[in-house]
Amino acid sequence: MTTAMTPTTSRELRYREAINEALRQEMERDETVIIMGEEIAGGAGREHLGIVDAWGGPFRTTVGLIQQFGNQRVLDTPLSEAAFVGTAIGAASTGMRAVAELMFVDFVGVCMDQLLNNAAKMRYMFGGQVKVPFTMLTRIGAGFGSAAQHSESFYSIFSHIPGLKGVVPSDPYTAKGLLIAAIRDDDPVVYFEHKGLYGDTGPVPEEPYAIPLGKARTVRSGSDITLVGISRMTWVCTEAAEELAKNGVNAEVVDLLSVSPIDYDLIIDSVRRTHRLVVVDEDTPVCSLASDICARVAEEAFDYLDAPPSRVTAPHTPVPYSRPLENLYVPNAARVVGTVERLVGR
Amino acid sequence: MELDREMLLYLYRTMTTIRHFEERGIPETGQRGMSGSVHSSAGQEAVPTGICAHLTEADYIGSTHRGHGHCIAKGVDPKLMMAELFGRVTGPNKGKGGSMHIADMSKGMLGTNGVVAASVPLAVGAGLTSKLQNLGRVAVAFFGDGGANQGVLHECMNLASVWKLPVIFCCENNGYAESTPVEYALSTARVVDRAPGYDMPGIHVDGMDVFDVFEAAGEAVRRARSGEGPSLLECRTYRYYGHTVFDNPLSYRTQEEQDYWRGRDPLKLFRERVADGGQVTQDELDRLDDEARELMEDAIRFADESPLPEPLEIYDDVYVDYPIGMMSRGINLEV
Repeated sequence: MTTAMTPTTSRELRYREAINEALRQEMERDETVIIMGEEIAGGAGREHLGIVDAWGGPFRTTVGLIQQFGNQRVLDTPLSEAAFVGTAIGAASTGMRAVAELMFVDFVGVCMDQLLNNAAKMRYMFGGQVKVPFTMLTRIGAGFGSAAQHSESFYSIFSHIPGLKGVVPSDPYTAKGLLIAAIRDDDPVVYFEHKGLYGDTGPVPEEPYAIPLGKARTVRSGSDITLVGISRMTWVCTEAAEELAKNGVNAEVVDLLSVSPIDYDLIIDSVRRTHRLVVVDEDTPVCSLASDICARVAEEAFDYLDAPPSRVTAPHTPVPYSRPLENLYVPNAARVVGTVERLVGR
Repeated sequence: MELDREMLLYLYRTMTTIRHFEERGIPETGQRGMSGSVHSSAGQEAVPTGICAHLTEADYIGSTHRGHGHCIAKGVDPKLMMAELFGRVTGPNKGKGGSMHIADMSKGMLGTNGVVAASVPLAVGAGLTSKLQNLGRVAVAFFGDGGANQGVLHECMNLASVWKLPVIFCCENNGYAESTPVEYALSTARVVDRAPGYDMPGIHVDGMDVFDVFEAAGEAVRRARSGEGPSLLECRTYRYYGHTVFDNPLSYRTQEEQDYWRGRDPLKLFRERVADGGQVTQDELDRLDDEARELMEDAIRFADESPLPEPLEIYDDVYVDYPIGMMSRGINLEV
């Protein structure tokens, strides 16, 4: 894969390590950066027993932070998402740069009011009087036998809300750069970690760097069709592209990276060259990012299209538990290849 | 409790300013076609007045949908508030918020809020900022008896207690959540009965008596400021009007009850309390009423003379930084 953003000097890190490094470097750079959430250190309040950082985070993305920054900047919370997400928003609007971790995006129901009615709207409702430099880390992704309440990929809900931004890093390099950008940003940003990417390795520069929010990247050039991937689906797209190449179909793959703002321009430029579009989205299809991108392309690039803008998504169902059903749920390369072959008439 | 003359005048001026704002500003807003969701706090003046008398501009408050009194007591200019109600760009929120979102960050006013108890965690967050940055500030979270039953309040009382944050939880119990009487909706006799569950002091006061509120708030603010943690204050009060201007409260409460509470009017009680004190005269209080009346006429004039927003201001301040094309793409508002 080729990208202008690929670093020249770096070492290999896992996706989860890249997240951890971004948090650590931002907390070193700016002492107003704090992080709070459930089990982000773990075993809270047991320093007297010699217990510190018992978990290092549910997926070990926050490991080591409490030792370095202390329990006033790395705050384990009670299981009270509405309280701590709202408190982080309140802290962010009064001088802190606050990060809160929502363990799984499926849990957003219990704190959605704070995101929807405070974080997203305060600046607008207050006539620009306040900045809300708030980052919410959360997790998406099916495929782990965790069933319907721990597996959704509901980023589209947040894209729908004016006032929020959202990013979907797809590899260790983008995981670090987008998290640094999210924390430094003066608007609320939701940062979606994909559970299926934590162990992936890739080159990551040691120094801090920010990847601009709202910019997609082209990870594979092609001339016959544009495949847009979101988060882990980017790699489903590249897998499909390699399969398609065997049949002489040359697919371009775009990694969306931001779910708000959405980089429509890069996608439309690509479609004007390839004349075909498939969006591959692990989220459910109705009122989804995939639907939105297809609609935008149909509106603005209709005359360039040789086939209907199309979607490969999860079915419009909750995530099932049983392995064969869950395997059906998550879009895979075979489904992408099948869809593309219909569109290119082969 | 002995208060000096300056404080007595301050308390009465604040209460009469709130009263006149509600009595004059709300109907005027309605006449300009923007009465939609405006909630009068007439009758409840003693609560924000007695509490905010202990605060400085550096301290924070989070407010409710019935928040004009909180704004005035926290130092927000009633002229700017009137402009906000009229949807004018000279309002603190540039006409983007209206009655239910008046905020003035320069006064530590974190916004009136249209979702019941939703501002509570914002105040808790402000308290966290104060604690982490050693600012010595306190934050007051105002909510009503309706808000007392919201989950987020209970999570926040627990969190603020666990983290010993400088927060005062202030319940303005006016007896009704919209039309639902508090005795129907509350599992305990009083909201403060819940304070022990969060290991914080619970103080019940007469919310029509500004001196009672002032005294209890003094202790809660002292406790917060000195790092001893949060308190819960319940101020029993009464709203004179319906939930909104469209609501006839006699559909769920009696004239007799309304008369009883009107008989305990906070401004009237104040006058009775200071009658024998000799520090301020009834004439001086009359003059404060007159000044408040004149201030509202000035405010209405100021608001009417202020410009309305320009159409493209619809896109301003959604974000600090965001491509306007993302908000306006494919949308032609001029057609």
